[in-house]
Amino acid sequence: MNNPAAQSKTFTESINEALVQAMTLDSQMICYGLGATDPKGIFGTTLGLEDKFGKSRVFDMPTSENAMTGVAIGAAIDGIRSVTTHQRLDFFLLALDQLVNSAAKWFYTYGRPVPITIRLIMGRGWGQGPTHSQNLHAWFAHIPGLKVVMPSTAYDAKGLLLSSIFDPNPVVFLEHRWLHNSVSDVPDGDFRIPIGKAKIVRPGKTVTIVSMSYLVVEAMLAADYLNKHGVECEVLDLRTIKPIDWPAIYYSISRTGRLLALDTGHLTGSVAAEVVARVTQHCFDQLKAAPRRLAMPDVPEPSSPGLTKGFYVRANHIVSEICAMMNLSREICEGAPIEPEPHDVPGNWFKGPF
Amino acid sequence: MGFMKEINNDFNVRIALNIWKNIYLIRSVEEKIAKKYPEGKMRCPTHLSIGQEGVPAAWSECVRNNDFAVSTHRGHAHYLAKGGSLNAMLGELYGKVTGCCRGRGGSMHLVDTSVGFMGTTAIVGNSIPLGVGLALSAQLKETDQISCIFLGDGAVEEGAFYESVNFAVVRKLPVLFICENNLYSVYSPLSVRQPKDRNISAMVNAMGIQTSFGDGNDPMAVFDIMTKSVKCARSGEGPFFLEFSTYRWREHCGHSYDNHLNYRSEQEFEEWRLKDPLLRLEKQLFDKDVTLEAILVQKRMLIDHEIDLAFQFAEESPYPEASEAYTKVYADE
Repeated sequence: MNNPAAQSKTFTESINEALVQAMTLDSQMICYGLGATDPKGIFGTTLGLEDKFGKSRVFDMPTSENAMTGVAIGAAIDGIRSVTTHQRLDFFLLALDQLVNSAAKWFYTYGRPVPITIRLIMGRGWGQGPTHSQNLHAWFAHIPGLKVVMPSTAYDAKGLLLSSIFDPNPVVFLEHRWLHNSVSDVPDGDFRIPIGKAKIVRPGKTVTIVSMSYLVVEAMLAADYLNKHGVECEVLDLRTIKPIDWPAIYYSISRTGRLLALDTGHLTGSVAAEVVARVTQHCFDQLKAAPRRLAMPDVPEPSSPGLTKGFYVRANHIVSEICAMMNLSREICEGAPIEPEPHDVPGNWFKGPF
Repeated sequence: MGFMKEINNDFNVRIALNIWKNIYLIRSVEEKIAKKYPEGKMRCPTHLSIGQEGVPAAWSECVRNNDFAVSTHRGHAHYLAKGGSLNAMLGELYGKVTGCCRGRGGSMHLVDTSVGFMGTTAIVGNSIPLGVGLALSAQLKETDQISCIFLGDGAVEEGAFYESVNFAVVRKLPVLFICENNLYSVYSPLSVRQPKDRNISAMVNAMGIQTSFGDGNDPMAVFDIMTKSVKCARSGEGPFFLEFSTYRWREHCGHSYDNHLNYRSEQEFEEWRLKDPLLRLEKQLFDKDVTLEAILVQKRMLIDHEIDLAFQFAEESPYPEASEAYTKVYADE
């Protein structure tokens, strides 16, 4: 039943609600992943599902990321929808054969839909290090046949997860661990946010900041600060990386004439690179300044808090880029909010370990 | 492992004739592909099963239309044995709009869901977990379908194989893993890939799955083993792994013979050619009833004619419009 009431919920509660909603709507849908039925229930996102829907539909799995992705595809081509979850994206790299060679190609080649959703959680900070912190949405976006979704709020997480589950295509659904405790008003019941639609989370007319996932949070901090100095940033949350909402980006650029593209992944070959390239091609005569981008450096993420100081893209980096783009004063640039202390957690709620 | 001893020696002529027909069809289709491949009209990598038809031909008589099957790059025989449309297969090899994938897949991507043949994939081991997923679906929906997964000895070296067998055992899924061990992965013999004296079926048996080994070039022996293992898988006893020895006559990929490359000896090849499953079955049939010779002559003519028509159909079919390449990437387009 639709219930328009919206209550304050965390990102993880929203994911859990979306799963309950989907499994109620589709009595054949299955949900599995390493730890899906353990006492922690994948950061709480799968808690209670086994009790509600039974062991045959909700289950833990062998440590076999590749085959278990193929199992989802096999069930899907016989009409069984699934949501599989991996507590870190990095483990899922073992399943690239099934994702790229099978899931992404099956409909194109054989004409049979593959309605699977793959939830991947991306870590950061608290020493996650080189192989628990990768943001590889650009890889997935490179593959025709996949959809790639990256919500930044609890509200979007629920609406987009429901759309992903009921989409007839394979969807890679990327959750940033630093967003898991974020709170927004989220409607009860079934509600969908269309895949492929960006959102203006803050309107402005001076600079367009294209952002995604956790970087929407930093972009908003930077935009709030710059607003006090008379610079009105328009913050665009892509929400979907593939297909990307080009009309929304072009429309924003037509009003601001300036672009800063952010990316939670590494700089080279990033989604931000694609955004800059397309905006340059399509909006060249509207640009008042050379487009810029900010992404993670082209080095693996180290573990030690000593090594990650200043490593992440933060509001002050965003402010610096915009100051340079607009020739703003050194005072504005230097007054930007600095990296909080401690710098390697999203807030006091996060006590590790992952 | 104990099935070999229990094999029933009663020779069922009706079943033997059906199996013969399957072998003859597969053999003749592929011989014609080999003959016509140099014309350059079938423009895709093509892996022939000539010499290996015994297993699929006998399997065909043990499964139902709605049972699932998935296979590999060398999948023509399995597709035809399951009853896949010959016209659609040849259309696909010729890249025509009448192909089973409308020209998107080629020889390595065959599908005919109307007979439960769910697909073949080109990456070694790739289709194994898919077959397990189809079995999971059958279990969840409480149907009595089984899922048959064809693989080669090379796939036994892939992680996906072990992951898949393990999950099938954990969930007691109705899966038949059918390994056609033809001794070579491309030009690499088993001796450089697996330890000496490795017994694949015994090794897999240690994973907690019932297994059996048989001579893949003895179609009636394959039929007996297959009948029993299908029954087990269908009855809810869990998955079954079968290993059959066999041999591919022609090159790994393409239409020619390749013994001149010296990756295998002429002598080995000749020994295996003497174990031709087609001749073996024909001899068994004629020993049983000499009048069958005349009947087979007639059946051959009918099958040859059907094949000629299918090639004509494929050659005369149009290519898809070039613009089709850019459509139907997503299911909601």
